[in-house]
Amino acid sequence: MLTVFLLLPLVGALTVLTLPRDNEGNARWVALFYSVLTFIMSVAIFIRFDPDNPGYQFVDRFEWIQGGDTGFTVQYALGVDGLSAPLVLLTGLLSLAAVLVSWNIDLRPKQYFAWLLVLETAVAGVFLSLDLIQFFFFWELELLPMYMLISIWGSGRPRYSAMKFLLFTMGGSAFMLVGFLVLGLSAGTFDIAVLATEAGRPLDAVIPLSVVFWLVMAAFLVKLPVIPVHTWLPDAHTDAPTAVSVMLAGVLLKMGGYGILRIALPIMPDQARDFGVVLAIIAAASVIWGAILTLQQRDLKRLVAYSSVSHMGYVLLGVSALGAVGLSGAALQMFTHGTITGLLFIVVGLIYDRTHTRQISDMSGLLHRMPVLGVVMIIAGLASLGLPALSGFVAEFTVFAGTIQAHPAATIIAVFGVVLAAGYILWAVQRVFTGPPDERWTGLTDAREWWEYTAMASMLIFIVGVGVYPRLLTDVIESGVEPIALLVQAVA
Amino acid sequence: MNWFDQIHHIGPAFALLLGAGVVMGADLVRPGRAPILSLTLLSLLAGFAWAIWQVLAGTNGPAISGAVVVDEFALFFTFLLIGVTAAVVIVTAEGLSRAEPRPEFFALLLTAAGSMVLLAQAQDLIAIFVFLETTSVSQFVLAGIARDDRSSEAGLKYLLAGAVAAAVLLYGFAFLFGLSGTTSLDGIATFVSSNAGGTELALVFGFVLVAAGLGFKMSIAPFQAWVPDVYEGAPTTVTSFLSVASKAAGFAVALRLFYTGLGGADTFIAEHWAALFAVLAGASMTFGNAAAILQTNVKRLLAYSSIAQAGNVAVGLAAVAASGAAGPSAVLFFLATYAATNLGAFFCVIVVSERIGSERLADYAGLIRRSPAVAVVLLLCLLSLTGIPPTAGFLAKLYVFNSAVQTGIDWMVILVAVAVLNSAVSAFYYLRWARTMVLDDPVDETPFRATAPVQGLLGLAAFGVLFFGLAPSSLLQAAQRAAANLL
Repeated sequence: MLTVFLLLPLVGALTVLTLPRDNEGNARWVALFYSVLTFIMSVAIFIRFDPDNPGYQFVDRFEWIQGGDTGFTVQYALGVDGLSAPLVLLTGLLSLAAVLVSWNIDLRPKQYFAWLLVLETAVAGVFLSLDLIQFFFFWELELLPMYMLISIWGSGRPRYSAMKFLLFTMGGSAFMLVGFLVLGLSAGTFDIAVLATEAGRPLDAVIPLSVVFWLVMAAFLVKLPVIPVHTWLPDAHTDAPTAVSVMLAGVLLKMGGYGILRIALPIMPDQARDFGVVLAIIAAASVIWGAILTLQQRDLKRLVAYSSVSHMGYVLLGVSALGAVGLSGAALQMFTHGTITGLLFIVVGLIYDRTHTRQISDMSGLLHRMPVLGVVMIIAGLASLGLPALSGFVAEFTVFAGTIQAHPAATIIAVFGVVLAAGYILWAVQRVFTGPPDERWTGLTDAREWWEYTAMASMLIFIVGVGVYPRLLTDVIESGVEPIALLVQAVA
Repeated sequence: MNWFDQIHHIGPAFALLLGAGVVMGADLVRPGRAPILSLTLLSLLAGFAWAIWQVLAGTNGPAISGAVVVDEFALFFTFLLIGVTAAVVIVTAEGLSRAEPRPEFFALLLTAAGSMVLLAQAQDLIAIFVFLETTSVSQFVLAGIARDDRSSEAGLKYLLAGAVAAAVLLYGFAFLFGLSGTTSLDGIATFVSSNAGGTELALVFGFVLVAAGLGFKMSIAPFQAWVPDVYEGAPTTVTSFLSVASKAAGFAVALRLFYTGLGGADTFIAEHWAALFAVLAGASMTFGNAAAILQTNVKRLLAYSSIAQAGNVAVGLAAVAASGAAGPSAVLFFLATYAATNLGAFFCVIVVSERIGSERLADYAGLIRRSPAVAVVLLLCLLSLTGIPPTAGFLAKLYVFNSAVQTGIDWMVILVAVAVLNSAVSAFYYLRWARTMVLDDPVDETPFRATAPVQGLLGLAAFGVLFFGLAPSSLLQAAQRAAANLL
């Protein structure tokens, strides 16, 4: 089942590519068909996932390299647990939204949608992989479509931004590969679940595990991203087409957090405990410094991009406490940030399609011209700053509740991030939507196309749904993070 | 052992060398009209068949007074070298890349290949030196065969560098012989493990000289200075042969010498050469990759890349302390997959330069639109050289790194870290090339394609790159059996 889910977008990409050249407009319908299908499958996986059953479900595996030949095994292994199930759902959801907001792409649409679908396969592969080598493969595979999508369909300085993105990520993942090889080769297996057990864990690695921990974390922290390795993010976001920003903020950043939760903590719990304080400090710095940077932005899209740095800091903060509550908060924050920031990027993209500017100072009183976009933006903004009854509040509250005892100082500092978030969100909304209507924008239309409504609505449902009834997600997430929390605490 | 048995033991090489003579003779009898290509391929086929015969007959053991040996290690290289030579012959017959398909070209290729096969079989210092020289001499001429300035320069440079390397190697051999009183590798091994007092320093000195002399063949730093100019100047068919076959033969000799001749992992000298090759490996890949980034000519780029790749192979050479034969078997696996990958890349370069008359990286712009098949094969080969799964290059690196980690020595693990970071650096120039082919707009849109035989070879290379990446078991087991012979 998971193999089908994983390959479906890839098949879609190939189908798109084989469309006749004179009818490229059909590419979007084919892409939509496949992404709807994948979304339905992701929902099915999420619903059929049984939270009472610990461990991986729907597992597909076979041995690719047999241990007998070489002394180590590499597998093709897919599975979901409570940690990955929400992220699989998120991938399905945001990929669908990404296809919808790309409806008007007219530059080489066949290639565009093909890359978008390949991206979906790559990201899903990261969340489903149960083997380090396979994980690494999908981690790297994701770079290819991202590079293409930003550098061909981007705006501003797309080639520069795409290259910067590529170099940062590859730099990080080179260190990660060193770490993986040391872990896997000295333990004789690359199976994540086996490596995370007491017996399978490499104890006698020749390079100290504390070094390996940071080698692996390097890739995850760049991807998350945290201060000071975040500088690729605003560039990539600003120059990427809307759909790619949605995917980048919505799911790609989560690969970093997911990697920490899936690989770094369970395999190296001792080191995670040793360095928990360091992680908390980095997290608090990211939250605050990210928020301060956000306040200074004059470009609406850059503003949303920088707010991601701040918000992903909460994920790391939740992780740093190493307790079940903090970890669920982190996992929840990953999902909610995906939907909220995804929605923010969608709205910003739609506004940009109309105004052709992203400078906040150029916009004023847009609420009169586009009330629907304005209201959606305000709701997403409120969710982003953590208003109760919307999903952002639940996630951030859980993070704080989970970390206040372990790292009180870092948590108290990070709480101020919420205040700053209220500042930058409300200030931006005020500048863009209220004030005297600018006559330059008189002729602009509001959202009116079906695909615009569908994309926004699909996000809103989850933002409000999780905000009102968090157990929708928390039951599943808790079943995923509790084993991790036990692992980390058991060694103490 | 009767005379035929002796010949049977060197059968494959005998067929190739005899073929070289027949090709030259046929040209004398019927100048310009002899079926040169058929004779060459026939001789390769005969060599191949003879090797099969050796396998089926279970031929094993030394021959010609212990100068050569037939074992799975030798057979592994025999098959590899014959395959590589056949591919190069077929491409040469297409008359591409400044190398006219003249009889002496084929005869020299066969001589070089035959000598290399013998090199993989050699068990004696004198035999090693003689076959190394016949290999080198054939290749000097091959590099200079195009009769233009660049090619002559390449031939001369290779000759001079090769002569120095041979001298250094011979000097090292003199030490080994002088100390042990024998030229047979087994005899030297016995001497080394008896660990006669007071000779350690002289032994280490001799072996360092040998490593330096072989470093030339393996093209590892700091003995790599000849590589870029020769690779660029020689006809590309010759370059592809040099980069794959010559390098494989160099590593074959190194493995044989150090594992069999110096007594393997248990002797005091093992840790010396492990350390030496670890340093050389790190230097090779770092230098090769750093220099490759700056290249704008694809042949020079591949030249520096081959230095870097030799560094990766040398990691396996340094992993002597790994249990079993993890190091050598990883080296063999690497060399075999590297042969498919690098030949594929060079053949693509040959096709493209023939068509667009340029070796400049920038002229590969938009290749995917002009010649999709060639571009896709080249892409696969570049991915494999970078070491991205699921290509064979990834597994080759994984096995080599595995052998290094298995040694349990901390600086070997650091070497792996250096190697992986180097792979990331290499990704920069390999993928930049790929990007040029895929993303940039071609200046000239006219489509072109390779001729049918070359297309077949490109398909084969691509198949090899994917097949050994996805189902490595058979090749890996063959490599392991071959490597087990060394211990």
